[in-house]
Amino acid sequence: MNRRRHRRLAAFKAVVYVVLGLFFLLPIAAMVEFATRGVGISSPRTLTAFTSIGSDPELVDAITASLELAVITSLGMLALLLPTMIWIRLRVPQMVRPVELVCLTPLTIPAIVLVVGFAPIYNWIEINVSDSILMLALAYLVLVLPYCYRALDAGLSAVDIRTLSEAARSLGASWATVMWRIIVPNMSSAVSNACLLCVAVVLGEFTVANLLNFENLQVAISILGTGNASVSIALAVVSLVFVFFFLLLLSFLGRALSRRRGGAARA
Amino acid sequence: MTAVAVSETEYVRRPLGGRLRISSAWLGAAPFLLYTGLFLFLPTVLVAVGAFSGPHGPTLANLAQLSRPYVVSAFLNSLVLSAVSASVGAVVGSVLAYAVATGSPDGILRRLVTAFCGVLSQFGGVTLAFAFIATIGTEGFIVIWLQQHGIRFYPNGVWLFSLTGLTLIYTYFEIPLMVIVFMPALDGIRPQWREATETLGGGTWHYWRHVAGPLLMPAFLGAWLLLFANAFSAYATAAALLDIGGVIVPLQISRALSSEVGLDQANFAAALALGMVVIVAIITLLYARLQRRSARWLPR
Repeated sequence: MNRRRHRRLAAFKAVVYVVLGLFFLLPIAAMVEFATRGVGISSPRTLTAFTSIGSDPELVDAITASLELAVITSLGMLALLLPTMIWIRLRVPQMVRPVELVCLTPLTIPAIVLVVGFAPIYNWIEINVSDSILMLALAYLVLVLPYCYRALDAGLSAVDIRTLSEAARSLGASWATVMWRIIVPNMSSAVSNACLLCVAVVLGEFTVANLLNFENLQVAISILGTGNASVSIALAVVSLVFVFFFLLLLSFLGRALSRRRGGAARA
Repeated sequence: MTAVAVSETEYVRRPLGGRLRISSAWLGAAPFLLYTGLFLFLPTVLVAVGAFSGPHGPTLANLAQLSRPYVVSAFLNSLVLSAVSASVGAVVGSVLAYAVATGSPDGILRRLVTAFCGVLSQFGGVTLAFAFIATIGTEGFIVIWLQQHGIRFYPNGVWLFSLTGLTLIYTYFEIPLMVIVFMPALDGIRPQWREATETLGGGTWHYWRHVAGPLLMPAFLGAWLLLFANAFSAYATAAALLDIGGVIVPLQISRALSSEVGLDQANFAAALALGMVVIVAIITLLYARLQRRSARWLPR
């Protein structure tokens, strides 16, 4: 009876993996196939589309801008969110819930709605501050808040920050030392998780950039798609693979760090 | 009392009044509050205010425009698109999640599927539209392959660039999202439930119908609502796929926002956005209520 159920479950799982595997992998395989097509019907496969990514200056600009935005947003998130989260946990605990609520709000307000409110703000910024695409980081920081809050919250709740900070303070450490040299090193996996999530969100962002008339990676892919489909699909493949390995790295990194910590605690 | 001891060391250097003591601790949260005030609350307020203002002061004209036939049909299209893709995504996604959850918790397969789902649920957007154009577009891989074997993929006209195509593409990112959201609920299933069912003489059908099904139902419905909201607010895929604007609400917003006509259109965009917020808010409230119900049974 039990063995029969196991065999049935194994068969069910095999069917699910094969069918859904096909559904999910076919479009990606098709992108690779499309991007490597030659000009004529019978012409051989070519990697021209991939190699010409680097020779289009507009495209290179967009890629650079997206990578810069990813770095700036990550750093901005660390500078703004992390100290605030630690500070309120130590000094103003009654603020923990309200800050959590604020951080999770962007989940319930779609980006397409936020961008309507961003439009007049960015009009002002363009005139009075700068019209650089890097200004987008200010908006992206809002978009990544919920993901980063969750990642950092998980890390903070696993560390006894009160004891650590009291010990450090009583030895004469400043608040800055407590944060950056005592607490952060104890939650490094949560910090790296939050940064990787930031990078993934920023590299995939289209809505805000497109409607505020900035050309980031995704907007460039979209514009290129109408003219030179194979290059834009090649770029899409590259960015998809890049983020996939990024997130895979994240899952391995998180496990390695937690295992190391577990081992140290037992020792 | 230990908590007070920490704060006292801080205040020895600042012999100020009681009120200022409180504010010095609050000051630490000021940059965060200032930033979210400017880039989260100000935009939201601007949307709400914009929806009710016109060239000649406060007005309800923008909201009245929502009753135009093409706006109503855009809202209906959005609702149907979200409901269908969320339903298909929820059912197929929970099946996949079950297959993964019954496997080894530390296995390479589970980690691969989770990472893959993470990418696809977040990174959808433009890339996804192109992926499907490359697969079943008129020059797509499958279409051409079938053509070489004498089969026409589109006997009744190309439907990829319509709501039907959009629904199919949306399921592509809804299924992975369902796996991520629903997996914790499935991990909460205890083998004892099944054993208890069998002790009482129940089979697989009884187990799913009377034990696991009802226990998982709140989590399932909650996940469905999340998927619905996700599809409802998605914009990138539709923008990259459809040339004609305004089929669904996000496209209406983008058309109103990028039109050159002027302030009037910006206010109309705000009214559309407000309509979306109201719908998402209702869904969020339902989601919160369901979460509370399922939390009673499933350990987190």
